[in-house]
Amino acid sequence: MIVETGHYALVLALALALVNAVIPIWGARRHDPQLMAVAPSVAVMTFVLIAYAFFALTYAHVVSDFSVANVVENSHSAKPLIYKISGVWGNHEGSMLLWVLILAIFGAAVALFSRNMPDELRANVLAMQSWIGAAFLLFILLTSNPFARLAQPPAEGQDLNPLLQDPGLAIHPPLLYLGYVGLSITFSFAAAALISGRIDAAWARYVRPWTLIAWIFLTLGIAMGSYWAYYTLGWGGFWFWDPVENASLMPWLAATALLHCAAVMEKREALRVWTIFLAILAFSLSLIGTFLVRSGVLTSVHAFASDPQRGVFILVILTGFIGGSLALFAFRAGELKQGGIFAPVSREGALVLNNLLLTAACATVFVGTLYPLALEALTGEKISVGAPFFNATFVPLFLPLFFAMPIGQMLAWKRGDLLGAAQRLMVALGCGVVAALIFAAWHGAPWASYCLAGLSVYVIVGSFTDLAGRVFADNASHAWHRATGLPRSAWGTAFAHAGLAVTLLGLAATGWGVDRVLTVRAGETIALGPYEVSVLGLVPEQGPNYSALSAPSIIRKGGVAVAKIVPESRFYPSRRMSRAEAGIATLGFGQVYMSIGGASPDGAIDARLYWKPLVSLIWLGALIMGFGGLLSLSDRRLRIGVARRARVAPVPPGAQPAE
Amino acid sequence: MLWIIFALLTGIAIFSVLWPLARAPRRQNEVERDIAFYEERLGEIDREVERALIAPEDAKAVKAEAARRLLVSADQDKAPAQVSQTRVRLATALGLVLIPAVALGLYARVGHPDWPDLPLQARLDSEPGRMDLATAIAKVEAHLAQNPSDGRGYEVLVPAYLRIGRVEDAVRAASTALRLLGDSPERLSLYGETLVYAAQGVVTKEAQEAFTKAVAKGALVPKASLYLGLAAEQDGDKPRALAIWKKLLADAPTAPWAESLRQKLIALSSEEGPQSTPEGAAIAAMPEGDRDAVIRGMVDRLATRLAQNGQDLEGWLRLVRAYKVLNEADKARTALDEARRNLGNDPAATARIDALAHELGLEG
Repeated sequence: MIVETGHYALVLALALALVNAVIPIWGARRHDPQLMAVAPSVAVMTFVLIAYAFFALTYAHVVSDFSVANVVENSHSAKPLIYKISGVWGNHEGSMLLWVLILAIFGAAVALFSRNMPDELRANVLAMQSWIGAAFLLFILLTSNPFARLAQPPAEGQDLNPLLQDPGLAIHPPLLYLGYVGLSITFSFAAAALISGRIDAAWARYVRPWTLIAWIFLTLGIAMGSYWAYYTLGWGGFWFWDPVENASLMPWLAATALLHCAAVMEKREALRVWTIFLAILAFSLSLIGTFLVRSGVLTSVHAFASDPQRGVFILVILTGFIGGSLALFAFRAGELKQGGIFAPVSREGALVLNNLLLTAACATVFVGTLYPLALEALTGEKISVGAPFFNATFVPLFLPLFFAMPIGQMLAWKRGDLLGAAQRLMVALGCGVVAALIFAAWHGAPWASYCLAGLSVYVIVGSFTDLAGRVFADNASHAWHRATGLPRSAWGTAFAHAGLAVTLLGLAATGWGVDRVLTVRAGETIALGPYEVSVLGLVPEQGPNYSALSAPSIIRKGGVAVAKIVPESRFYPSRRMSRAEAGIATLGFGQVYMSIGGASPDGAIDARLYWKPLVSLIWLGALIMGFGGLLSLSDRRLRIGVARRARVAPVPPGAQPAE
Repeated sequence: MLWIIFALLTGIAIFSVLWPLARAPRRQNEVERDIAFYEERLGEIDREVERALIAPEDAKAVKAEAARRLLVSADQDKAPAQVSQTRVRLATALGLVLIPAVALGLYARVGHPDWPDLPLQARLDSEPGRMDLATAIAKVEAHLAQNPSDGRGYEVLVPAYLRIGRVEDAVRAASTALRLLGDSPERLSLYGETLVYAAQGVVTKEAQEAFTKAVAKGALVPKASLYLGLAAEQDGDKPRALAIWKKLLADAPTAPWAESLRQKLIALSSEEGPQSTPEGAAIAAMPEGDRDAVIRGMVDRLATRLAQNGQDLEGWLRLVRAYKVLNEADKARTALDEARRNLGNDPAATARIDALAHELGLEG
């Protein structure tokens, strides 16, 4: 009964989304507050219904209800509870349900937390969000219904793809979806602004927190996915320029540009065309990502069960939303008057450069991802566009960005002083050069590694130069007071920029790694960079729904044991698949990584061993970026609603208003 | 109960549309908000000048810009709020009609309101017999995961897989057993049999090869010969089929399946009479233990079906015969009584039931 009521709740949510796609827009056009008031209430109810449907599907997975086809195809009664739950979205149908759930969460959040927004804007935003929701709910119910039932339930399920049986599945998709779908809100804001024709600084301020939230989740989601691939695919790579990864990188680049651009629009009401365009672009790219992954155009671990019918359906949704919004954009573009004027060398000018570089980088990734697909579709020829292409195109676009990042932070609005900024950055530049020399002396070749490491140190120091100058201006004893007095968004910028540089440092250090692929036996010791790894033995083990062979090993440095790792090679009988579970020890910021393959009859195993100095910085950098985003999100500027309400509240006689 | 919940859900969904339409709408003061935003911005510009993010000489211009924006936006806010009862009524009607119509209409297409939840544990509790086989299979599978070179385990799994319909797995297990234990005639014919199942009763070329190899080993392998005969029959080569089966009968005239094969031969020579299915022949060829298990499974299914729908005379007759063959005279008598009770008002049927009872010596 829970299953069918969940199913019904989902259908009902579609009906509500359709209602909410019509009434609020109608109300906004007629300036009718009564009709516009429908939007938030229905948005919250849609969320409740979809959340119930999601609960129902989760329940079916947890109790192994094999009358639900989705459970049969992706679960197994012996699977540990956490994978029964995360298995809900470890498949096409369930992940689409998670997608609309997050869509509804964002809709409800706008309804509940944007009371201060102008009614018309809120009504139009929620109506746009409902259009998107209705399209995807229809897609789910007609082509990928997670509640499809089986009249003859089998005795056991087919189990989840072993690659997905990992705590990563519990975290990576929800984070990434919060990012992807979060961009739907910025898209809805852009469409709402285009519909109403009010595209001003206030709009930019309302949209900024949502862009930030989406960006934070997208950043963390991508980083988490990359770390998951790193420890689970068994060969130590963390980014493959795989089309699915690119599909998440493109919206990230667009969202990053949007984030910066919205700041300009908010402060100076300039770059309006850019901002609206980037908001549309970011969500369009995440829709294209969805299309690539779900249509069967690609085959990868993300591509679940693909089906051409779904592909066509998503293509229709995609053309509808992208085409529709671009048409609106073209229609309104003439009305977008130029905002505040600025000199080429200014904060605004720097951010235009940032936009150009980021969109160019985005276009590069787009071409690198879609060209091989288009070529194969047209001529049948298969080509592989991988790291060499992106190293030659993407990297040269990104390097100037790193150089410019601290400079941009130094420039004033309207009119900046490039020479002054450069002078104030001399310390950071000096630090970078010294760091590069130190790294060169310490680790040596390749030259790209120590040059990039120096660049990242320059950016890290440069990110904080301006703030540090203010905090430690004269009297150090007031430093803390002055630090907290600075806007949190300034701190957020510094942390986010530094985080990106930390990631760059981790990437630069890959050049100093050591890897060995060999056959090992119990008792053998392998030299690996500064460490020795001794394999203690080969131990067969039995997991709940797999059997494993593990190779516990001790890592020593100069004869002293520093860590123990237990790489495993697992076999999942119900899917007849093997998967490696790498043994990883984090030593300092570097990692020793070991993964094993199957054992040969004489007791030897194939093993890959890596020493990866500073590798954990890649993901730590993403965490720092996310932290920076959070800091910026907590800035008082974005809480204008709260401040205003305090002001308009009746003030008791004799009391002074706060602030 | 289910429909009550559906009604309740539909009710709250409609309520979420009607409630805001019935309440007095909030009135926003757009101008006041614009002013607040502007003041906020002015304060910010001052702070930015302090932090040298705006040159002091530019501050004035930037502030003027902000003021200009305030004027423009105050200009845009002039449209007065208008509440129209007609629109509210239309929107109410839209909510009242569209929501139930879309929800029930679409749910009727995709939903299964009459299907209950079937959590695994509840099913285990209610169908222990059936799950026992599944559990046993799971146990053997777990054992094999640990000892993947135990060919005997795969051999045991083959008939069990076939019984619960996991034909693909049966083929794989049979071929693994063959690989691990070598090709004895029995294993070859077992493998061939799974291929026949996988091809839904057709003796494919691959299966035929397996059977031919089994026969070539010299020993008497009734199952292989049975299927080879079947293959010939399916190829339309009746004389060859007859020859193979006749030789088989000559070699093993007293085998338990001999009688049914004889009937099959008679049917084939006369081109008439009861049709024998490939499945029947396959069952006949199984080793005794397995065959009994399969037959009992089929008999149980037949009995269950008849218990639900007793109007099937041929079914009852088959069931009684089957019980007799299985040496379960008591069950056969009970089945006879049940048949008479179900078909008592059909004299022709009663007559045939009595005749069968007489034939099998089950009277009284």
